[in-house]
Amino acid sequence: MTTKALLAGAFLLVLLIVVPLAIGASGREDLYYTLTSVALLSIISAGVWITFYIGRINIGQGAYALMGGYVSAILVTAYGVSFWLTLPLAGIFCAAASILIGLPILRLRGVYFAMVTLVLTEVVRLLALALPITNGAKGIVSIPQPGGISLFGVTLLPDFATLTNPRLAFYIVSVILMALCFAGLYRLKNSRIGQLCQSLQQNEELASSIGVNITYLRVLAYAISSFLGGVGGAMFAAISQSIYPSSFTVADSVNFMLNCFLGGLSYVFGPILGTFVLYFGWDVLFQTGEFQLLIFSAILIALMLLLPNGLLSLRFSSKAKGAGR
Amino acid sequence: MEQIIANGLYLGAQYALIALGLTLIFSLMNVLNFAHGQMYVFGGFVTYTVVVQFGLPFIVGLLASAAILAILGAAIEKFLFAPVVRRSKRDESTMLLAAGIAFFLDAVILLLFGEKQRGVPKVVNGVFNWDMRIIMPYDRILIGVLAILLIVAFIGFMNYSRAGRAMRALAQDRMAAQLMGVDVSRYSMLGFALGAMLAGLVGGLLVTITGVNLGMGGPTSIKAFLMIMIGGAGVISGAIAGGFILGMMESVGLTVLREYGDITYLVIFALLMVFLSIRPNGLMGKPWG
Repeated sequence: MTTKALLAGAFLLVLLIVVPLAIGASGREDLYYTLTSVALLSIISAGVWITFYIGRINIGQGAYALMGGYVSAILVTAYGVSFWLTLPLAGIFCAAASILIGLPILRLRGVYFAMVTLVLTEVVRLLALALPITNGAKGIVSIPQPGGISLFGVTLLPDFATLTNPRLAFYIVSVILMALCFAGLYRLKNSRIGQLCQSLQQNEELASSIGVNITYLRVLAYAISSFLGGVGGAMFAAISQSIYPSSFTVADSVNFMLNCFLGGLSYVFGPILGTFVLYFGWDVLFQTGEFQLLIFSAILIALMLLLPNGLLSLRFSSKAKGAGR
Repeated sequence: MEQIIANGLYLGAQYALIALGLTLIFSLMNVLNFAHGQMYVFGGFVTYTVVVQFGLPFIVGLLASAAILAILGAAIEKFLFAPVVRRSKRDESTMLLAAGIAFFLDAVILLLFGEKQRGVPKVVNGVFNWDMRIIMPYDRILIGVLAILLIVAFIGFMNYSRAGRAMRALAQDRMAAQLMGVDVSRYSMLGFALGAMLAGLVGGLLVTITGVNLGMGGPTSIKAFLMIMIGGAGVISGAIAGGFILGMMESVGLTVLREYGDITYLVIFALLMVFLSIRPNGLMGKPWG
């Protein structure tokens, strides 16, 4: 346990200190945006991972990301609420919405749940187009940069608009959010609730017959999942300073699911690795021009053929073989 | 009113045909084929190429679409889905594969046919006009009738042919079918080919009316998912019912809700959510798991 904690701490230090130094030395400022995106997308994907953990395939995470982005954007632009306050509010709003939506649809299983959540992504996009408060297809643009936070006259966080390098600030905030999210996730997985969730994944009827409150658990897991989606979406809206109905679409929802799959569904840190590989793979392949999508999807299919249980299964399977001998 | 029903029937016939292919693949393999919409677009482009670029008659284009998509479907099943289904620890892994194939087909379509909207000239000219109550171009009637004929042929095939019976047995109970001597891997491949062929045929039919473009794949898949959710996944009668119900709702919605703006699909989705909370497995579906 302690070695694991040390490893995680070292990893975080590398992300927070070594990476900015390296970027500063090489002058590749654009990498900040890429890495920030990876951090945020992995938070959103972590939500999908939780729903996988209770045995549901969630292709509706884009819906909550979009919702969170809009909640934060509307609160900041129309009501002048501080961005840092809207971040948890967006998450809570999404969690509340997901409880309402989840109560009926979490009764569905397997492919049915997957299809309903896929449709949900489309519903939220259409809602964003139709509602007056979201400003239709034009979206909400020129959202102000997050303001500062000061407590008793001490500046805890500077106003982002006054910073010379807001990209670095966004990067650090996103990495910290990611660290918090995955630390929480790790804790959750190894808690009593996590064990119970695993029982849902294996056999709901059996779990229910032993006395596990399955309705409560699955709604709880779905709410946490949506909370993460909302927070990630709100952060994205703040970074791009805009949100449109097409900011998160069905393709994004599918990608969140792919991130989890690729990293491996049995591992908490799977979403980080999956997101990193998918996002960077896509970026690297940009140089191949029109063949980008072709090569990308071909690699995806090949990975699935060679490693049907995710990237992280590589290491674990070789260890298991060694133990068997 | 008559016009709305006629439009609904015409749309429903198309939709039912798309849903049939999807539900067939689902019932045989337990695979949710994300690439179904892309297969439909591919079929449309094949017909376009044969008819417009090679100058051959429309029926040749349609047959070419069916043949090419059937081969494509069989190859996808044999070389991609079958190995993954065999080796993966969880059924859901096939979903990643299906999504990957959807991206792959998108890329192939982009490289082969470009991103432009393509259409085929009208097959038949003229407009059917019944006393100003039903107005419908003859080519739409032709396509609608062809679609219904294809549905009837498909049902006949599934009910009375040896291969159809084998596939139904497979869908009912894979293990039992295998024990009775059904060649499971062969009929899985055949079923996938048949499903892909249906998608290609609808693409070929609709390219004469709406045309095709690269972006249509995803939305078509979503519509197909809607239909099999309404009717129940993996059931042939459910797919047909779902297709016609969605076609009718779309037709009615576009007329009734016109003054409120573009909210037909929003209403359909909302109704679906309510419906699914009452009947989680659709009209005729079997429960999952």
